[in-house]
This record gives sequence, structure tokens and C-alpha cells, in this order.
Amino acid sequence: MLKYLLEKEFKQFFRSSSLPKMVIIMPFMAVLIFPLVANFEIKNVNLSVVDNDKSTYSQQLIQKVSSSGYFRVSDVSDTYQQALRSVELNKSDIILEIPPHFERDIAREQSATVHIAADAVSGTKGGLGSSYLAGIIGDFSGNIRSEWITASDRFSSGRFEISPQFWYNPRLLYIYFMVPALMVMVLAMLCGFLPALNIVGEKENGTIEQMNVTPVNKFIFILSKLLPYWIIGFFVLTICFIVAWIFYGLIPEGSLATIYLFAALFVLAFSGFGLVISNYATSLQQAMFMMFFFVLTFIFMSGLYTPIANMPQWAQYLSTISPLKYIIIVLRQVYLKGSSFSELTVPFIALTGFAIFFNVWAVISYRKSS
Amino acid sequence: MRQFRVFVQKEFYHIFRDRWTTVILLVLPVVMIILFGFGITTEIRNTKFAVYDPSRDVATQGIVNKLETSEYFSLDRYVNSPEEIEPLFRDGEIGFVVVLGENFYENLLHTGNAKIQLIADGTDPNTASILTSYATILLSSYQQELTGKSSGAIPYQIKTEVRLLYNPSLKSAYNIVPGIMGMILMLICALMTSVSIAREKELGTMELLLVSPMKPILIIISKLVPYFAISVINYITILLLSVFILNVPIAGSLVLLSALSLLFIFVSLSIGILISSLVEKQIVALLISGMVLMLPAVFLSGLMFPIESMPVVLQWISHILPVKWFIIAVRSVMIKGLGFSSIIREVLILIGMGVVIITISLKKFKYRLE
Repeated sequence: MLKYLLEKEFKQFFRSSSLPKMVIIMPFMAVLIFPLVANFEIKNVNLSVVDNDKSTYSQQLIQKVSSSGYFRVSDVSDTYQQALRSVELNKSDIILEIPPHFERDIAREQSATVHIAADAVSGTKGGLGSSYLAGIIGDFSGNIRSEWITASDRFSSGRFEISPQFWYNPRLLYIYFMVPALMVMVLAMLCGFLPALNIVGEKENGTIEQMNVTPVNKFIFILSKLLPYWIIGFFVLTICFIVAWIFYGLIPEGSLATIYLFAALFVLAFSGFGLVISNYATSLQQAMFMMFFFVLTFIFMSGLYTPIANMPQWAQYLSTISPLKYIIIVLRQVYLKGSSFSELTVPFIALTGFAIFFNVWAVISYRKSS
Repeated sequence: MRQFRVFVQKEFYHIFRDRWTTVILLVLPVVMIILFGFGITTEIRNTKFAVYDPSRDVATQGIVNKLETSEYFSLDRYVNSPEEIEPLFRDGEIGFVVVLGENFYENLLHTGNAKIQLIADGTDPNTASILTSYATILLSSYQQELTGKSSGAIPYQIKTEVRLLYNPSLKSAYNIVPGIMGMILMLICALMTSVSIAREKELGTMELLLVSPMKPILIIISKLVPYFAISVINYITILLLSVFILNVPIAGSLVLLSALSLLFIFVSLSIGILISSLVEKQIVALLISGMVLMLPAVFLSGLMFPIESMPVVLQWISHILPVKWFIIAVRSVMIKGLGFSSIIREVLILIGMGVVIITISLKKFKYRLE
């Protein structure tokens, strides 16, 4: 029985005009283009410079800032007011104001103060940008100091050296952080949305009536809806691996088998969830909307973009019911840290739980009689 | 006129008799404001750190103390050997590890060779760099306390004074509210409208409407009225929530903000008509609005990720998204408190887009029976 049902599902899938294309295109799009977009890295922040000193030092400082790669000097204004206007018009994000007598003050008073004003509406750009800028000025300050202080004076007691070091991702590439998580996004989109639209699609077309008058039982019916997405999930994930490897040279530190195992569980759980929605919805529009609502909630509670540890306590509790959270942890850990199965028991238990819960619910909530 | 009223009434029945969709339409903004507003945060609080301290002297005690008493970090544990660091990172509980050199205090006083290494989990690059930069700031201030006691202020120093405009406490909600507003209005107006017209086509009821004595253009307008009403309700909900729950004040003029939103609603509704005039099936309308409108609206509009960091091609694409211009304008009015003169460019672009889209879609729309 199951064999024929599966054959039907696959025929339906392959004979539709858009679905097979989507299954191929989505992983490419997501793994190739999204990491370029989903990027919190600070680059090309527009800087408006107000140089009230126009001395060698102020020129050197501006030169240093603009060659750092983070900033692009978008305009040079005469007054702070003028610079502020360009921030208001969105032409620049940060103002660097160098006071008059900057060079003289450094030479005579041994200290000077520069002003930074950042458009802080976007915390990433304004906050991180201004702290990078302050860092560059600090570096510059260090250079000046070593120009003025002779080598013998340089050692002073009570100084220590701080050196940061980043493990697993030494060059701090954002792509390494995003790509594994985006694979999860693709899986969730395809293996969540398609099942959600599946049963409800049969309802809308009236073909569900025909299913209901067959001797097929609920369990087999749900299984026949589930298995195709399971197979699609493996297929999609494999495309993702290959794309990540070819274009970003990203290969998992850990074993692929671990990822496949967890992905299998996750797809099972999430397709089950899609089927639950599909059972309750009466129209495509409804199913889409419910799915959109839940997927969005799951994604934002999953730590995909911002670390869960930074969220308020209630949001952290809420995040435990997002299946995406666990699979994202698994992919990132296996890809970047090379974690093995024994270190991932919590996600394993959680995902198994979700898979059982949603699929049992899907079987129960599917009614053959109306 | 009475006919028109009846048609509008029919559309309202369509929506409100679908209980689930109604609930989601009205609750969606609330959930999104709460999720985004509280869930997405780059603020660092109580990140756990571990210490490897072979010296255990006055200075290292002071350093650990300094870090621990800050609001950003809390001491999780001491490790006894460098080998214990790796498993800690694999568990993912620890943000960074402070590795102190041997004979730290001795070296600090005499050889000038005291070293501190900050090892951070680079999996999440932004968090890692924020963590290390916060820790470095704290450690430098500890150093200043130490040297301040012995030798006085550091000579030849350029100080920086940072001012964060518009959002001094760097609350992420300030950035997110305008984004959510754009997303929700787009979702309701463009996606819902296009799907509901496509639905009439798919189910064949469009024919019934077209053979009624109503003018076709009025049929379309009657379709828009309910979604317009829901958008206005959602707009008010978002404003109330952001003012009273997220404490994001409306800095500029409420009248200007509302006028701007009406303009954007008009543009989005015309996009909805355009999509529905191109497609015959609901699912295609859903996919087009989802893939072509919603995804880019989330990712390319600058709602979450800074546009400047993206590849140039994607930056161009972002220019043709109405939602991008809307978000910029809302930010200027609502958050920065600027007047009309600062958003003329955005308003003109939106008006231009609206006129072009509505002309195309009215031309494209087939009023004749086939």
C-alpha cells in the first residue's frame, strides 16, 4: 500500500512545474547569496570628517581611518552642523570631528580629544562602528606616543600585554558562522512549508475525499506524506554541503554522518509539524500564514542571528521549544568545532522528542471522517 | 455606491469568517514586535568566562575581580591546565577564557613581560569581537589603576569622546520598530491582497464578480478596502506597542509618520494588484510574494543587516525595494525626529514607484472573460 502512495506523492512532486526547480534552486540561493547578505560585519561605514585643524597629524589620522577598510570617507564638512545634516540625510553614519589645535595640543599638553558622533539607530553600525573608530584612534595615539617617547622611557613597570585569540574561526569570518545555520533555514523552509501546503492542497482540490474513501489508514497516509520530504531533505542537504565546499571551501570538522543523522531527525520533526498545520488549516492561505508565523518565531528564537545567551530570560526559556535551536547548534558545532555525537546528546534527545511529538500529533489530528 | 458597500462587506466576511487568519493577522504584529524587540539584541550581559591562572597572585586576583564585577561577565570557573579549555568551548557554555602568564606579578613589576591571552570562541565572530573588546577595555582600565598608583597618567594620549546620536543606550528596538512596520504592512497589503484575488481566479468566482453590474475597477478596490483597514489597525498596534512596551518614543511628527505609512500602504496594495494580475494560482501568488517581496524585505532592506556590507549588486537590488525607502523614512521621522525636508527623496521615490506599479497593473489586469 505504502509503495503506491509514495509513488503517487513522487509523481505529484515531479509533475508539478515549480517544486522540483525550487528544491534545486533554494539551496543554491540560500547558501550562496544569503551569507553575502546576512552579514553583521562592519564594512564601508560612511564617515563624515570635520577637520578643524588641517595639520599633518589630523591628515595622518584621517588617512589611517580611511585605509582601515571599515570606513569610507563620504564627505569632508567644514562644521559639525553640516556633518550632522549629512547624517540626517542618511549620507553618512558617523562623524569624526578633529578639534582645532589638535596637533599643537598633542605636542604641548601631551593630550588632545577627538569627538565621534554616531548615528546609533542601528546598533551594529553605530555602536560597533564607533568602537572600531575609537580603536583606530587608540592605535594612532600609540604610534604618536612611540614617536615622542624614546625607547629607554618606554618600559614602565605595571604594564601588561593583552592579546586576543579566536578559536575555531581565527579570522572571524562571518560566513563560517552563517553557512551551517543557513543550511538549517533551507531545510526548514522546504521540509516545513511543502508538507504544510500538501494535505491542505488536497483539501482545496477535493482530492482528499478520494483518499478518505480508500482503505488506507491514518498512519500509512501520514507516513506516505512524510517520507518524500525526508528524502528531499537528504538531497537538499547534500546540495548545501557541496555548494559550501565549492564556493566557500567549508568542510565540516566533524563527521558528515553525524550531520546526516541529526538532519534526518530534524526533517522528520519539522515535516511532522508542517503536516500538523496542514491538518488544521482549511485553505492554502491559512496554512501559509500559520506556517509563516511559527517558522518566524522558531527562527528568531533559535539563535540563528543573535546568541541565545544574550536574550532575556523568558526568551531563553521560549527558545527551548524551537526545534531549530537544536539543529543549528549541531550544525555549527560539527562544522566548526568538530564535535562528535557524544557531545551532542541534549540536541539528540530534544530532536527525537520533537520528531515523536509532532508526528504522533499529525496522525491523531488527521481525520478521515468530516 | 450601495453595490460597492455590499462588495466591501463580502470581502470583510471573507476575512473574518476565516477565524485563524483573522487572529494571525491581528496578533502577528504583536508577536513580531515582542520577538524582535526583545529577542534580537547585541547587548552583552553576564557572559560566562573561565580563567587559567598558574600564578594566583595579587595582580591576577585583581584582574579576575575586575572582570567579574562588571555587568558583562561572570566567572564560571578556574581551569587547572590549558587542556581543559577545549572541552569547555565544545560545550558552548563559555564565551571566553582568560589565560594569564606564569609569575604574573613578578613579571609585571620587573621584566615588563606580563602577558594576558584572551581566547574567545570565534564561532560567532561578532560576539567574539565584542567580548574581547569589552574585556580589553576593562583590563586596560585596571592597568591604568595600577600605573596610576605608581607613575601617573599616560603621556601623549589622544582621548576619544563618543556621542551616540538618537539612541544613546544602543537599544536594538530603535532599529527594529521601523523595520517591522515595513514588513507587516508589506505582508498584509501585498501578500494578502494578491492571494485573495488569485483565490477568486483559481476558484472561478472571479467570473461571477466580473459579470456583476459593478465596474471591474471597483471590484478591485473593494478587494483592497479590508486589507487597507487591517493595515491601519496594525499600524496603530505597532505604534502603541513600541511606545508603551518597547519604550521607543515617536520623536517626530505623528501626522507626517502616518501620512508616510499611508503612502507606503498605497504602494504595497498596488504591488499586490500587480502580482495578482500576473498569476492565476494562489500558490504562485504566495511564492512570488514570499520570495520576491518578503525575503528581500527582511534581508535587503537594512532591517537586520547593514546594507553597506553587502556586495554591490545586492545593494543595487535593494534600491528597487519600496520597503527599503519606507524604512529609511520612518527611521528619520520616528526615531531621529526629523521633518519633511529630510525625507523628500524617499517620499518622491515611493510616489514614483506607486504610480508606475499601479499603471502597469491596471493595464495588465484582464477584465474580460476568457
